[in-house]
Amino acid sequence: MTFASLKVAAALPEIFLAVAACAILLFSAINSSDNRAGRACWFAVAALLITALLVIAGFPAVDAAATTAFNAMFIGDALSALMKVGMCLLCAAAFLYGREYNRARGIATCEYYVLGLFSAAGMLVMASANHLLTLYLGLELMSLCLYALVASARENKLASEAAMKYFVLGALASSILLYGMSLLYGLTGALELPAIRAALVSAADADAVDPALALAVVFIVVALAFKLGAAPFHMWLPDVYHGAPTSTTAFLSAAPKIAAFAVVLRLLADGLGDLTGVWQSMLIILALLSVAVGNFIAIAQHNLKRMLAYSAVSHMGFFLFGIAAGNAAGYSASLFYVLIYAVMSVGAFGAVLCLARDGSEFERLDDLRGLSKRQPRIALLILILMLSMAGIPPTAGFFAKLAVIQALVGAGLVWVAVAAVLLAVVGAFYYLRVIKLMYFDAPADDAMDLAPAIADRPAHVLLAFNALIIIAILPWIGALIALCNAVIAAAV
Amino acid sequence: MNTPLLSILIWLPIIGGVLVLGVGDARGDNNGNGDGNGNGDGNNNGARAALARKLALGLSSAVLLLSVPLYTQFDAGSAAMQFTEHARWIDAFNIHYALGVDGISMPLILLTTLLTVVVVVAGWQVITERVAQYMAAFLIMEGLMVGVFSALDAVLFYLFWEAMLIPMFLIIGIWGGPNRIYATIKFFLYTLLGSLLMLVALLYLYHASGGSFSILDYHRLPLALTPQIFIFLAFFAAFAVKVPMFPVHTWLPDAHVEAPTGGSVILAAVMLKMGGYGFMRFNLPVTPDASRELAWLMITLSLIAVVYIALVALAQRDMKKLIAYSSISHMGFVTLGLFLFNAHGFEGALLQMISHGFISGALFLCVGVLYDRMHSRQLADYGGVATPMPVFAAFMVLFALANAGLPGTSGFVGELLVILGAFQVNAWIAAAAALTLIFGAAYTLWMVKRVVYGAVASDKVAALTDVNRREILFLAVLAALVLLVGVWPAPLLEVMHATLEHLAQHTAASKLP
Repeated sequence: MTFASLKVAAALPEIFLAVAACAILLFSAINSSDNRAGRACWFAVAALLITALLVIAGFPAVDAAATTAFNAMFIGDALSALMKVGMCLLCAAAFLYGREYNRARGIATCEYYVLGLFSAAGMLVMASANHLLTLYLGLELMSLCLYALVASARENKLASEAAMKYFVLGALASSILLYGMSLLYGLTGALELPAIRAALVSAADADAVDPALALAVVFIVVALAFKLGAAPFHMWLPDVYHGAPTSTTAFLSAAPKIAAFAVVLRLLADGLGDLTGVWQSMLIILALLSVAVGNFIAIAQHNLKRMLAYSAVSHMGFFLFGIAAGNAAGYSASLFYVLIYAVMSVGAFGAVLCLARDGSEFERLDDLRGLSKRQPRIALLILILMLSMAGIPPTAGFFAKLAVIQALVGAGLVWVAVAAVLLAVVGAFYYLRVIKLMYFDAPADDAMDLAPAIADRPAHVLLAFNALIIIAILPWIGALIALCNAVIAAAV
Repeated sequence: MNTPLLSILIWLPIIGGVLVLGVGDARGDNNGNGDGNGNGDGNNNGARAALARKLALGLSSAVLLLSVPLYTQFDAGSAAMQFTEHARWIDAFNIHYALGVDGISMPLILLTTLLTVVVVVAGWQVITERVAQYMAAFLIMEGLMVGVFSALDAVLFYLFWEAMLIPMFLIIGIWGGPNRIYATIKFFLYTLLGSLLMLVALLYLYHASGGSFSILDYHRLPLALTPQIFIFLAFFAAFAVKVPMFPVHTWLPDAHVEAPTGGSVILAAVMLKMGGYGFMRFNLPVTPDASRELAWLMITLSLIAVVYIALVALAQRDMKKLIAYSSISHMGFVTLGLFLFNAHGFEGALLQMISHGFISGALFLCVGVLYDRMHSRQLADYGGVATPMPVFAAFMVLFALANAGLPGTSGFVGELLVILGAFQVNAWIAAAAALTLIFGAAYTLWMVKRVVYGAVASDKVAALTDVNRREILFLAVLAALVLLVGVWPAPLLEVMHATLEHLAQHTAASKLP
């Protein structure tokens, strides 16, 4: 085996990102200025943007055969490229939103951004995984950095508790995933996803599924549900979203969801793609439970971050509906959904960051009372984000839901679609309540406004862009859907 | 003709509305600095509000004028879609930007553009808080409503249909009465529930038709009876809530009572019509067999609305609530007419929709005029209004009589046609429907008696000032239309005729494969 046969160039963006992270680490060691964390943030954002450009520059043609590297452990197809661009941009957005917040909360260390970059590198590896080991490597690289990011507010008890929970449950989920993978390896003798798929073709045709295979699928699905935060494996998610510093919450609520999509797609749709019958019903149950639990419990929340966490659970349910459809249209709908959702989610937490003030997190729902009078622009942007999350036209969130429900109906799961939309009405209630608090209620306490806002101008500009793009994309939304369709068609 | 007239009618008010929003956004993010020059801000706000009003009036008048060619250049002899526009939008799902109007939607668009001007004028002095946002909400809503009536693509239709909820939600929630939050969330969730079920039906049709979202394709699509019934019920969920039909009408009295006058007018005069329009555009032509199969249900629910809700109206103490219940009762006539499956029924239903748009709008404006002066809607607080306000009293009595279906007013024509249609089906149905002429007269005239006539109830009533020129203007326009349609409905019936004839033929034929 020669070095050239590894085709290292295929992983150029990942390599660049990892090197950039190391460089920032070095920079932090030799630079002693007070503002080095702030500069590290800009470097990190620049590194992510350059990575995104590298991915775009090497964007493979949609209909071209996928290139593999590192002995087919790594795949560079259009699907992975699309996901990588999304991940880089969303991570950069989360850094920009949180820059001033981190400084004000005393968690601005260069390591924060370095960990974030390594986590992003892990996500990129997941997007390109073509092998169970690569997949696991990427997943652990991402997750371990995320645990540390959650714990970055060391003085904060809630954050420490959240990090502990996240770590213990995340490690448990990883071990369950490993167990499922090992069973799969035992059954097929392969670790490469295409080889696993090939080995399972005969198993899929058999009348009765091999119990060991079913067990492997159950373990994998459960582990993925843990990682996604799908009910009933969602318990860690609200505590982590709530306890983590908001800047970290913004980070982990967006790009990792795309990475999670990558794992689900590569494992279920690709590796186990012929076993749809085995995992489809499991996913439908998980999805229905997630949408129901997420939406009903979100109504009872008084904290905006917790409410958004339960909303994330319900969105993961919708995302699973698409996968559960079990065909290319469904996978494509899920990809589209998760891209749109990640943009909305980073925007929503970005708005919380823009509202945060010295000495006040601004994360209780009551804090939003009368916001439209005090800060009409931010209120309008939150209005757009909430309507989009609720899936009300003319926002992009509506098209995401449309795509998923369309796939469900197309797969003959009409009653699941009906249940999904009925639960979406429940969900609309708590998004509307946010609008109600901002627009219909009188401001409760003006004292909050006296403390200066933390977020700087770039964060505000980014928030405006982030929210408006959700409506402004409308004339071109067809192109995005077509792109999702094309990359999925090429990948599975 | 190549002018994209319908697109202009949709996007001019929407873009204009966003502009108005920009004009009036006087309070910036950094309001902490504004303490020192509070007076300057106040004047500035006043000037901006005046500008927003003028801009809104100019835009809505321009839209009204632009909508006139829809009538004058309309080919009444054709049942086909006219003024069509077509562009590809989302190829992945075969969604098109397709617009067009026929004899059903064209009059409703004119109704929309007319009433938006009326509402802008009606809110001129009354709305003093967040003026630009108020005007912008109505302008944006106007564009969206025109969009609903002219969309020929199911997703486009759905987009306008749901987007319309947002401005209405805000209008009721921001400028509404004391219980506005309960009312507006109820309104939103009720409508959303129905709409989402319709969305599933549309997606089912999309797959059944082999990947088309064209509403006209759905009209031609053969369907077995069972799917037809489920699709019918899903559409029913969306449109019955909007009409609203008994028993899903309970959001309407709440929403009307809490909404500001302009909101009530648009809600009653245009939004309720969307339910009837939906039945004519989706239920009847897409699922004709299911419609005939379930006609008994629709007729029963309509008659319950017509008779029972009229009795409920009789018991109201709040003027707005009374008119709201009267609206439900009158809309019962519309749904009744639609499911009789004859030309009289269809024509009566559509005419009743237009006429009810004028009359209910006018009655809500009358209540608004009184409310602005007395800040009460309770019947008990009024009495003898005719003495201090003779001109207003004349208008109010005219609209009340029209509401009761007096011959010579537009209210009579629609109801008569529906009752005639009902006679062709079953005399008992006709008899039950005709009861409303009695009940309707009872509750409206009793209201008029208690409000307008009698001894002057209190010093406050005695001190009332009569309607000013601005108020006379919009009441007179509506009064003229009520009388015109009542005496000479032919111009309206002519444009509807070919389309409704076609609809009657279409629904008579079976679509079973």
